Amino acid sequence: MKPQVAFFDFTSCEGCQLTVVDSLQTHLDLLDMVEIVQFREAMSERGEDYAVAFIEGSITRESDEARLKEIRERAAVLVALGACAHIGGVNAIKNLAPLHDVRKYVYGERAEWFATYAARPISAVVKVDAFIPGCPIDREEFIRVVNALLRGIKPPIPDYPMCVECKLKENVCLFDKGGDCLGAITRAGCGAICPTYGDGCEGCRGLIPNPNRDSMQSVLAARGLTPQDVMARMTMFGSYEISKA
Amino acid sequence: MAQNLHIDIHHITRVEGHGNIVVNAKNGVLEECRLDIVETPRFFEALLRGRPYTEASHITSRICGICAVGHATASLRATEHALGVALSEQTRLLRDLIFFGEMLDSHVLHTYMLIAPDFFGVGSVIPLAQVAANAVLRALRVKKLAGDLCAVIGGRHTHPIAMTVGGFTHLPTVEEIKALRERLILARKDMDDTITLFKTLPWPRFKRETEYIALSKPNEYAFIDGAITSTDGGSWDVTDYKTITNEHLVQHSSSKHTKHKREAYMVGALARFNVNYNFLHPKAKAAAQELGMKPVCTNPYFNSAAQIVEMVHSVEGAITVCDELIARGIKPEKPYTFSGKGGAGVGACEVPRGTLYHDYEIGDDGRIVNANCIIPTGQNLANIEADMRALVPQILDQGQDKVTLALEMLVRAYDPCISCSVHFLSVKFV
Ligand code: SF4
Ligand code: SF4
Ligand code: SF4
Repeated sequence: MKPQVAFFDFTSCEGCQLTVVDSLQTHLDLLDMVEIVQFREAMSERGEDYAVAFIEGSITRESDEARLKEIRERAAVLVALGACAHIGGVNAIKNLAPLHDVRKYVYGERAEWFATYAARPISAVVKVDAFIPGCPIDREEFIRVVNALLRGIKPPIPDYPMCVECKLKENVCLFDKGGDCLGAITRAGCGAICPTYGDGCEGCRGLIPNPNRDSMQSVLAARGLTPQDVMARMTMFGSYEISKA
Repeated sequence: MAQNLHIDIHHITRVEGHGNIVVNAKNGVLEECRLDIVETPRFFEALLRGRPYTEASHITSRICGICAVGHATASLRATEHALGVALSEQTRLLRDLIFFGEMLDSHVLHTYMLIAPDFFGVGSVIPLAQVAANAVLRALRVKKLAGDLCAVIGGRHTHPIAMTVGGFTHLPTVEEIKALRERLILARKDMDDTITLFKTLPWPRFKRETEYIALSKPNEYAFIDGAITSTDGGSWDVTDYKTITNEHLVQHSSSKHTKHKREAYMVGALARFNVNYNFLHPKAKAAAQELGMKPVCTNPYFNSAAQIVEMVHSVEGAITVCDELIARGIKPEKPYTFSGKGGAGVGACEVPRGTLYHDYEIGDDGRIVNANCIIPTGQNLANIEADMRALVPQILDQGQDKVTLALEMLVRAYDPCISCSVHFLSVKFV
């Protein structure tokens, strides 16, 4: 029997699941290797128990926890798919302001109708076996991780900084073009796609192990960024980490 | 015939996001008919407050993975209006091109992968690949072209990188545009085959008059900017959007509802078709004729047919833009620098699912003071419910299964992007 693979989403834009669909354009063979049993975005059939469950999205309300735990029980391997699930992603920006203000700003006097709590990555709720970083995930990396998981080996996710990858691509450094970038503390693996397209890395793949955040902040400050701007750079995707600390 | 019916479709599949359909009928009388939105709220407007204006388009593109270019564009237009940024012709052309790409990408996903399985009586695109392999391969081919187009301009489709206030941080080469053009020419055959396939499918027959609203421009089928225009008559500046949308909360939905002159109005491909038919490319008009639709078309299931018409229009539109870009060449441009003066502005676009508004107030420090986004699906929810209330009594005697399928197909026809609709607007307090 082919291994059964499932996809679930919580608070997300579904861009990572769509990236999975797009990765099939060039890797249709994947459908021969696995059986997809849950993919609400693209299917009406529903199945049970999974060799691999991919979770997209952050956990943003208490009632999500039970559902996630149930999926955990039924999944041999649980994978965080994308920045929302992996590090909280943009959803966690709201953690920087008092929750009550956030709800009131959007829903007014009806704020109480809509449950929410501080956004968190799925690892804050259940044990996570592997992650695919990025907002969105990288198609080729997704394929590599699936192949590794099916063979029972550790997924090949780099833990060196983006600058390494960026230099290999022979990009002109953003700092030399008058810009700024989080490449020095961000996990490589996306091909330094943002610097390649002229924009500083925003840190969507999360921090490398033992990042030197202080020195990153002083580099940004030396570039002329106000403390508020430095904070903004560090919190586009890193809000959960920072608001937790 | 007395009929009891209780339908509770938990998490409709094959729509973006999380929605439930609830229908209750007793003795042939419809008691309850709702589309519940149970998606978790995401609070994007609140996320933007206090952030530098430069981040807004990158944050808001994360509202929706399918309409990422649309959100980025509406966001940039709002910022550009707020800060008084003028755009070059090259920037306009490149934005038009990436917009055609996203329209094509989204519509092919919706019509082939999310709608076609219903017509073939299968649960998803995966078994569809067995019964209609060529169709699925065609869909993947067109989708890849659309995605590659977006990537050439924006770096990637889902969450474009290079689109920025006043222009682009990276420009494509003329060679890349030429290569795209060649593939777009080949895609004409795929468009013809798409029409041939869909015109033979059993489109549900149902009609209900409603108000259709879309942006319109004097000489083109509007996608970016324009005046808000209604089939009930009238035209408004985008800054008056609140008089049209009248957002209000309903308890069964974490997405706000809207209404204008009637109890509900519709936005999206069918609304654009009805409002702007005259400006469609001649090939797109011919496609409409083959699919058996003309304005004003009041069958909401034909929203998917209007999407096919727009796919043809987008392929032709993209070819025209490529020709212009190739003829004029691509030149580096000076990036916009902030003047130190804030302001307020509204940006509006026709994203695949309908009119999208972003409304920002930016302070003199370059930080966002207030933000409001009104997304298409929120505008359509009241209209979907009105359709459901009209449709169910007509088909109640067909039994639970058929009613369920008809309702699921109805909701899917609107291509609701529920994850976007749950993020909501700023309510002003006094
Ligand atoms: S990580 Fe990014 S692309 Fe993926 S679901 Fe979250 S917001 Fe969307
Ligand atoms: S552009 Fe960014 S990632 Fe590339 S070398 Fe410079 S700091 Fe590192
Ligand atoms: S360069 Fe940085 S922000 Fe861009 S995709 Fe890679 S990790 Fe994410």
